[in-house]
Amino acid sequence: MTFLTQNPTVTSLWEFLKNKDQIPQRVFTPPPARYGGRHTVTLIPGDGIGPELAHHVRELFRFCCVPVDFEVVNVDSSMASEDDINNAIMAIRRNGVALKGNIETNHNLPPSYKSRNSLLRTTLDLYANVMHCQSLPGVRTRHKNIDIMIIRENTEGEYSSLEHENVPGVVECLKIITKTKSLRIADYAFRAARATGRRRVTAVHKANIMKLADGLFLECCKEVASGYPEISFDSMIVDNTTMQLVSRPQQFDVMVMPNLYGNVVSNVCAGLVGGPGLVPGANYGEDYAVFETGTRNTGKSIANHNTANPTAMLLASCLLLDHVKLHAYASMIRRAILSTITETRLHTADLGGQGSTSEVVQSIMNAVQSTGPQTLSI
Amino acid sequence: TSPVQHETFPLRGTVTLIPGDGIGPEISSAVMKIFEAAKAPIRWEERNVTAIKGPGGRWMIPPDAKESMDRSKIGLKGPLKTPIAAGHPSMNLLLRKTFDLYANVRPCVSIEGYKTPYTDVNLVTIRENTEGEYSGIEHVIVDGVVQSIKLITEDASRRIAEYAFEYARNNQRTSVTAVHKANIMRMSDGLFLRKCREVAENYKDIKFTEMYLDTVCLNMVQDPTQFDVLVMPNLYGDILSDLCAGLIGGLGVTPSGNIGANGVAIFESVHGTAPDIAGLDMANPTALLLSAVMMLRHMGLHDYGNKIQTACFDTIRDKKVLTKDLGGNSKCSEFTAEICRRIQDMA
Repeated sequence: MTFLTQNPTVTSLWEFLKNKDQIPQRVFTPPPARYGGRHTVTLIPGDGIGPELAHHVRELFRFCCVPVDFEVVNVDSSMASEDDINNAIMAIRRNGVALKGNIETNHNLPPSYKSRNSLLRTTLDLYANVMHCQSLPGVRTRHKNIDIMIIRENTEGEYSSLEHENVPGVVECLKIITKTKSLRIADYAFRAARATGRRRVTAVHKANIMKLADGLFLECCKEVASGYPEISFDSMIVDNTTMQLVSRPQQFDVMVMPNLYGNVVSNVCAGLVGGPGLVPGANYGEDYAVFETGTRNTGKSIANHNTANPTAMLLASCLLLDHVKLHAYASMIRRAILSTITETRLHTADLGGQGSTSEVVQSIMNAVQSTGPQTLSI
Repeated sequence: TSPVQHETFPLRGTVTLIPGDGIGPEISSAVMKIFEAAKAPIRWEERNVTAIKGPGGRWMIPPDAKESMDRSKIGLKGPLKTPIAAGHPSMNLLLRKTFDLYANVRPCVSIEGYKTPYTDVNLVTIRENTEGEYSGIEHVIVDGVVQSIKLITEDASRRIAEYAFEYARNNQRTSVTAVHKANIMRMSDGLFLRKCREVAENYKDIKFTEMYLDTVCLNMVQDPTQFDVLVMPNLYGDILSDLCAGLIGGLGVTPSGNIGANGVAIFESVHGTAPDIAGLDMANPTALLLSAVMMLRHMGLHDYGNKIQTACFDTIRDKKVLTKDLGGNSKCSEFTAEICRRIQDMA
C-alpha cells in the first residue's frame, strides 16, 4: 500500500482501485550515491571471465581518471546459502547502480538453488532488459546495417521459477503474464523509442498458441501503442521473427517481448552483429540499474586465458557512465573502444583476430591518451 | 486424379496423399508426376481432410482418411488452411492428436544454387510435438494475471530422446545435442535432460552434448556447421526449427516429417496455402518434393530418394528453370518437367 501513502494525488481507496491497472507514477526518487563529486558503484565480478574483465574496467577507469569508486561484492556460486547474493542486492540498493559479471548456475542442483542472476533481477525489480545491437564497421558479419533495440521483460514470464510435480513423472512449469508488468514494459519500449527517435516497435509473441498469456501481452502493447501515434506498431510471431532475423534483419527497429522470447531474440541478434563479445546489456528498474554483457555468458572455457573480448563489458561500463550522467567520460571511452575495433582493427579470437585481452585494453588506453583530456601516464 | 498403378515392378508401399488447400493440389500433382518419372514403387491414395463432428460431439478427421492412414502408415500432406473462428481446432492439431505424432523432424541442408548468407548447413532438428509449452492449458488467476502451464512428462521426454538417437544411428549422424534451459526451469527442463542422458547411455556410439537454448541461438547464427542433431521440447523446437529453415532459405524449400506412435509417419510441407497464387501454375513444389524424398528414405527406398533429390538440386543449381520464389520466372509445370527430364536422363 506504499503507492497510496507515497502518492499525494490519491485521495481515497476507491480512487486507488480505479487506477490500479495503470502504471504507478514515480513521486520519490532516491538520491544518487555521489559524495565529493565521486560516484560509488557496486561491482560484482561473477564467474568465468567476469573477474578479469572487471579488473580491466577498473584499470581503464583509473587510467581515465573517471570519478567512480567500485564497491566490490563477490558472490560465490558454489555456496547453497543465499547470503552472498543478498549482500550484493543490499549493496546495489545502497549505491543504486551496479556493474556485473555473470554468476554461474549449476543446473544439476535441485530446484531449491535458484539462479543468482534471476534472484538479483527479480528482487530489485529490474523490469527492462535493453540490448542495442548495431553492426560495427570493421567486424566481418554475414549481414550488414543492423540496428535493433531489443527490450525484454526481465522479471516474469517463463522465468517465474514456479514448478511442481503433482504426479510422479509429470512436471508443470508456470509461465505468468500480468497486465501491470506487460503495460510497464510496453510503456518503457515506446518511451525509449520516442526518446531515441525510432519509428517502429514490433511486439514478438506466440499468441496464436498461448492465446491467454501472450494474448494479454499483445493487448497491453496495443493499448500503450495507441498513446504514441507517431510510432508505428506491429506484431510478429516468434518463429517467423527468427526466420526473418536470419534472412533480413534490417527490417527491425525496436522489438519488445516477454522474457523467454527475449532470451532467444537477443542471442540471435548478438550473433548477427558479431558475437557475445561485442554487445553490452542494461537492466533498468524504477530505482536501480545493473549493467552487464548483453548475452550474459560466463565464458568458463576461456577464463584466465587472456583471450576474452573486453568490448562488451567496457561498453557496458560506458552505459553505466551515461546512467550516472558522466557523459563526457562515457563518450571518450566509447570512441576509443570503437576506434580500436574499426580503425586499428585489433580483434580478439572471437572476431577472428589474434589480439589478447590486455593488448586490446592497452590499445583502447592509447586511443584515449591521444584524443582525451589528462590521463595517468602509462 | 486416379491412383498411380505400376504393373511392371512390385509395389513397396501405399501412401495416403492429402493434397491440401490453396497450392496444395498443384504441388501434389507435381510430386506425383516426378515419382512417376522416377518409376518409384508407390501407390497413392488421395484423401481429403476436413474437420467433422463425430459421435459424442468431438471433432475428428473423416473416417476414410483415418482408415487409409492406419492401413498405409505413411502419409504425404500438402498445406492445410486454418480457418479462423470455425469452431474447430486446426487440422494440423487434429492430425497430430489422431495419430499421436510425437516427433517433428526437420533436416536442414543448404541447397546449392539457392544462395543464402549461410552455406554448409547440415543439421536436423527433432522437436517434441505433443506437450511442453503448447499443452494449451491456460487460466486467468485474477483479472490481469494469466498463467500458462508448460507440461513435461517422463514418458514423452524418453520417447523423443529415443527417437532422436535412433534417427541419428539410422542416418549416420555423429552427435545429438539436447537443447534446454534447465538453469531457469530446473524441474521441467531438468527432467527432459535427465531422460536424454539416460537414453544416451544406450547409444554410446553417438556423442551426446547439452547446450543452453540461448547459446545454441548465439552459435547457430555465427557458425551452423557445429551442429548435427538437435533434440528439444516443443517451444524451443518450434523456434529453432524455423530459425534453421531461415538459414537454408525459408519454408518454401524445407522438408518436414512427423513421426507417430504405431509406426505412422506423415511428411508435409510447412509453408502456407498461398491462396494468392493458387491455380496459377506459379507454386514451388520443392518443399513437398523434399518431404517426399524424406518419406522415401523412411521407407527404405534410398536409391529413389537420392535420384529425385539429385535431380531437384541439379535443376536449382543450374538456375535455368526456376519458379518465381527461387528467383526465376518459370511455371511450376516447367520446373516439374525439367526435374522429370533429368531423372529420365539419369536412368
